Amino acid sequence: MENRKKELDKNLFRPADRTEEQSDVIARKSTTLLQDAVRSLRKNVFFMISLFLLLVIVLMSIFAPVASDYTYKEQDLNRSLMGPRIPVLEDISFLGLDGTQTKTFNGNNVQAAEMKANLQFDNQEEFITFETVSEGDGSPNSAEVKATYDKYAAKGVEDEYFYFGTDRLGRDVWTRVWDGTRVSLLIAFAAAIIDLVIGVAYGGIAAYYGGRVDNYMMRFLEVIIGIPNLVVVILMILILDPGIWAIIIALTITGWTSMARIVRGEVLKLKGHEFVLAARTLGAPNRKIIARHLVPNVMGLIIVNTMFSIPSAIFFEAFLSFIGLGLPSPAASLGTLINDGFKTLLTTPSLLVFPAVLISVLMIVFNILGDGLRDAFDPKMRK
Amino acid sequence: MAYTLFSIGDYYQIMANFATTNLGGAHVARFIGQRIIYMIITLFLIATISFVLMKLLPGSPLANADKLTEAQQEVIFEKYGLNDPIPVQYVNYLGGLVQGDLGISFKYDNRPVSDILSDRIGPSAQLGIQALIIGTVAGILLGLVSAIYHNGITDYLSTIIAVLGTSIPSFVFAGLLQFFVAVKWGILPVATWNGFEYSILPTIALAIFPMATCARFMRTEMIEVLNEDYITTARAKGLAGSAIIFKHGIRNALIPLITILGPLAVGLLTGTLVIEQIFSVPGIGEQFVTSVTSNDFPIIMGTTMFFAVVFIVMILIIDILYGLIDPRIRLSGKD
Repeated sequence: MENRKKELDKNLFRPADRTEEQSDVIARKSTTLLQDAVRSLRKNVFFMISLFLLLVIVLMSIFAPVASDYTYKEQDLNRSLMGPRIPVLEDISFLGLDGTQTKTFNGNNVQAAEMKANLQFDNQEEFITFETVSEGDGSPNSAEVKATYDKYAAKGVEDEYFYFGTDRLGRDVWTRVWDGTRVSLLIAFAAAIIDLVIGVAYGGIAAYYGGRVDNYMMRFLEVIIGIPNLVVVILMILILDPGIWAIIIALTITGWTSMARIVRGEVLKLKGHEFVLAARTLGAPNRKIIARHLVPNVMGLIIVNTMFSIPSAIFFEAFLSFIGLGLPSPAASLGTLINDGFKTLLTTPSLLVFPAVLISVLMIVFNILGDGLRDAFDPKMRK
Repeated sequence: MAYTLFSIGDYYQIMANFATTNLGGAHVARFIGQRIIYMIITLFLIATISFVLMKLLPGSPLANADKLTEAQQEVIFEKYGLNDPIPVQYVNYLGGLVQGDLGISFKYDNRPVSDILSDRIGPSAQLGIQALIIGTVAGILLGLVSAIYHNGITDYLSTIIAVLGTSIPSFVFAGLLQFFVAVKWGILPVATWNGFEYSILPTIALAIFPMATCARFMRTEMIEVLNEDYITTARAKGLAGSAIIFKHGIRNALIPLITILGPLAVGLLTGTLVIEQIFSVPGIGEQFVTSVTSNDFPIIMGTTMFFAVVFIVMILIIDILYGLIDPRIRLSGKD
């Protein structure tokens, strides 16, 4: 501090202008709520990391299936259940991404264990390397052998790379996972936008016109809210043709209600504020009051609510696929991939791991983004 | 928030309405009456929608209609009452519902849906109750610890746990548990239902979401309560820290937790659908998923109806409980 003081020259300072007409001037442009929110979001490390991750996932889901040599529905039973193999990373042994499959087998002696390994791995003895863990003493299952099977070599496809391996039907999991991510994101975004439009319109109209309109609209809403989502979604899926749109419609048919309630509550509150009264006294038309005063003030709440509805939609889509009401095969979504992954959990867990990790990351990212936005738009949450 | 089976905001709003409209005992009765009327309207609506949808569904209810003669089909139609005019069928259907008759399964010969459900409710109820208890207790503890040591390492840790728990879908947890605990380490059975140890893994998988939700909720509530004036008063009069937390803090922070119990219980209901299938638990959820794949509509509709009733009754009970427990809500209208 001391040094600083010495460095600064006295001549740099000038007395502030204190004349009458200058004192009212606001030197700096006032920050709007949006600018303020953006600034605090930029400082939020978790938010920025999440935003970056989301961007990467979205870009990958768009470009990875296009850039891939395989398509999501191209089957080849000859190359089913290959292990994950990624160039460069395959040379780092502990990652297990070199396309080989390793498993331990027990037997009465080493030969018996090796026999079992051969049976499991297509009888391709020359492509299996054995490592004896314990010799065994002849008693049942005392010998243990670790067998590593190079299926890429056995099938003669050493120059192919299935980054995430292949599924039971020999489809490339890398392509399917990213394709599925895109479908899941598409469903979630579409559902969120439809909810937003219907919810804001319904809630806004009810609150703005008030009185009897509001009363009837809210009674209707209360009945709809009373119907459990799960019930409606299942019923809708059953009568609609299975597909992306069926899921979107099923999700939106009850999804808009919470947005409508929130918007109505907020607009009702804002309507009573003095600035709206002032605008009305000055003769501003309805349209202008809505556009200039109500919408910008409700915006933060709408953005936050939409942000939270996206992960819920992703989850619900996966849930529906899981209970057999999702997309029909061969289309992939994260839910159908996870469902398929469970069928081969014991033999090839990697089929479950990749989509499960992706859906978890997506959910976490969206929740952190939602939390961050809520804190940024709600001045009460500021520290 | 929009698609989870609940929205915590909704319940706050319902509670807020309750708080402002009720003016003592007579109004509590009116509130309860109003809620019950809404409940009946909603159930009637769901039943009607289910019925209409069932009639709209394409195709014959007979799986192999082309193999049967006209006369055989006639007999079957007669047996299930499918020859009556639609309004008569509708009245019969509603009448049956009121008496708890949910129809007869297509697949399991002549078995009433209500029998199938009552056979299978045991495991589902056990899982649900265990998960609800474990989840809420663990969640409350976690939330309390992080509120008391606000901004410390424990707080960050439990916040991370809470974010992961609310974000990661339960079926992913179920897969992890099954693969590591059951398959790799062999500590607990992988699946099926043969006694208490079989219920541990599904219970944990189910309990994680309520735990994380409770922890988050409890943390904010407790931090808010600890900033109230009466806590400062207690501290000023020299009350010990533990007494402040237990006598004044926890008691007041727990009350709003009741509002999220209903939604959580409903969430568990959804969870059981998936978890029961993963762990092959012979419960209602597993039956439902099987019926979806085999197109057994009476079971699908019956289970859906059953879920609707459970959901609506649960929310009603919790709303009423909340009004009775919190004196601030009971008294707020009296001035």
